[in-house]
Amino acid sequence: MTMNLAKEEQGDMPEPQPAGGVAKMTARDVRVFYGAKEALHGVDCDIMENEVLALIGPSGCGKSTFLRCLNRMNDTIDVARVEGTITLDGRDIYHRSLDVVQLRARVGMVFQKPNPFPKSIYDNIAYGPRIHGLVGHKDELDGIVQSSLERAGLWEEVKDRLAEPGTGLSGGQQQRLCIARCVAVSPEVILMDEPCSALDPIATAHIEELIDELRENYTIVIVTHNMQQAARVSQKTAFFHLGDLVEHNNTEQIFTNPRDDRTQGYITGRYG
Amino acid sequence: MAQKHIVKSFDELLSNLRRTIVEMGGEAERQIGACIDCVRRRDATLAGTVVEADYRLDLMEKEIDQAAIRLLALRQPMATDLREIVAALKIAADLERIGDYAANVAKRAISLAQTPAVRPVSAIPRMGRLVQEILSEVLDAYTRRDVGRAMGAWSRDEEVDDLYTSLFRETLTYMMEDPRTISPCTHLLFVAKNIERIGDHATNIAETIHFLEIGEALTAPRPKGDVSSFEVVAPRQADDEP
Repeated sequence: MTMNLAKEEQGDMPEPQPAGGVAKMTARDVRVFYGAKEALHGVDCDIMENEVLALIGPSGCGKSTFLRCLNRMNDTIDVARVEGTITLDGRDIYHRSLDVVQLRARVGMVFQKPNPFPKSIYDNIAYGPRIHGLVGHKDELDGIVQSSLERAGLWEEVKDRLAEPGTGLSGGQQQRLCIARCVAVSPEVILMDEPCSALDPIATAHIEELIDELRENYTIVIVTHNMQQAARVSQKTAFFHLGDLVEHNNTEQIFTNPRDDRTQGYITGRYG
Repeated sequence: MAQKHIVKSFDELLSNLRRTIVEMGGEAERQIGACIDCVRRRDATLAGTVVEADYRLDLMEKEIDQAAIRLLALRQPMATDLREIVAALKIAADLERIGDYAANVAKRAISLAQTPAVRPVSAIPRMGRLVQEILSEVLDAYTRRDVGRAMGAWSRDEEVDDLYTSLFRETLTYMMEDPRTISPCTHLLFVAKNIERIGDHATNIAETIHFLEIGEALTAPRPKGDVSSFEVVAPRQADDEP
């Protein structure tokens, strides 16, 4: 098998080399236990600033578990325990001195199902800046609401009905509202867990366009089951399998010439 | 690919694509053999059938194009599947060009049959055989997914170039010595050039096999022996005569 020979010659898979980029977050030997069961077996991964990292893999492979480690969402699960080191700008996010609320403002999250608060569109966005004490005046808050909705590509559609409930928007609009809400507290990293799985193709395209624009100012990590979506929106892709990070490389490389047979099997549909 | 796709019909479409490429390759090989025979035997009738048969390769190329575009649009292939389909498109285009060159050789054979035989023509069967062997090796490498074999054939293109260069030189000298041979010799040069181009397309296919199996384009420079572009044969001066 010439192909395997060629792969062996290439040696161990190197971490993708950033083209002059900096790692915004790093994970070293991250292990997650749910009770006695180890769900993530020592993940090493650099998340580069202003890049989109897509996490792919079959259900139960650990990709969402890993995503939730990045803003300590696993803390909310009683039986979950995280080992290893995760840093944000070089600082350990699991350090005792770190304020988790502050961390989650810096590392925001968008979920699979749009979950707007049962409040007005305006209040959905204003909520975060208010509780984090980011604003003094009403004018300032108005400014944040407008700029957040603009960044989420929703302003034009909702500017005349800011007082209406956020839950009255379409699914795609609700998801963009949630992204606007996330952006309102000026995060540095945005985690997205299957943000388009409940949306139609047009709403999905809007979110994907948005991800591309947001990348200029934020670092984004997205979990997706849709491989075409991973290929479209990300610069780096990480493939998880049975709790291991199998392959982490440039997205183009992963989808044209993956190094590992498990990645190959998964993305070509020969997994099983 | 040893492991089967979860969706069986996808595997079937891919293997159909591969099968059509192999058939097309066989047809191209036959065309090369036949066009060389036309030149060797000065057979204008056979040449006519070779020219006509070229449409079969054109049809096969269209068939492969359609199947490949359909697969790209409907299956969103990734990794090896993606490379398989892109490779099929490229190989089909190379084989179609090979067919065109074979038809061109056959056309020249019709003209050659109408003029007196010239000596340099004896090098054509050798060149043709070599090119046929290279293509056959390359197609074999495609069927077996054997990059080593493809690269072996790839490196032999230089031999074709060497033969072409020496034939070019010989033909020029021949024409200078006897201007009555200019017409057949010119046709002969085009025949040789077409065969040399067939070799280049076979080499392209070898490179595509490298991309298909390894996932990366071949970076090594292609061996080149065709220096006929720089060839000058000076006319003999009167005082050169013995």
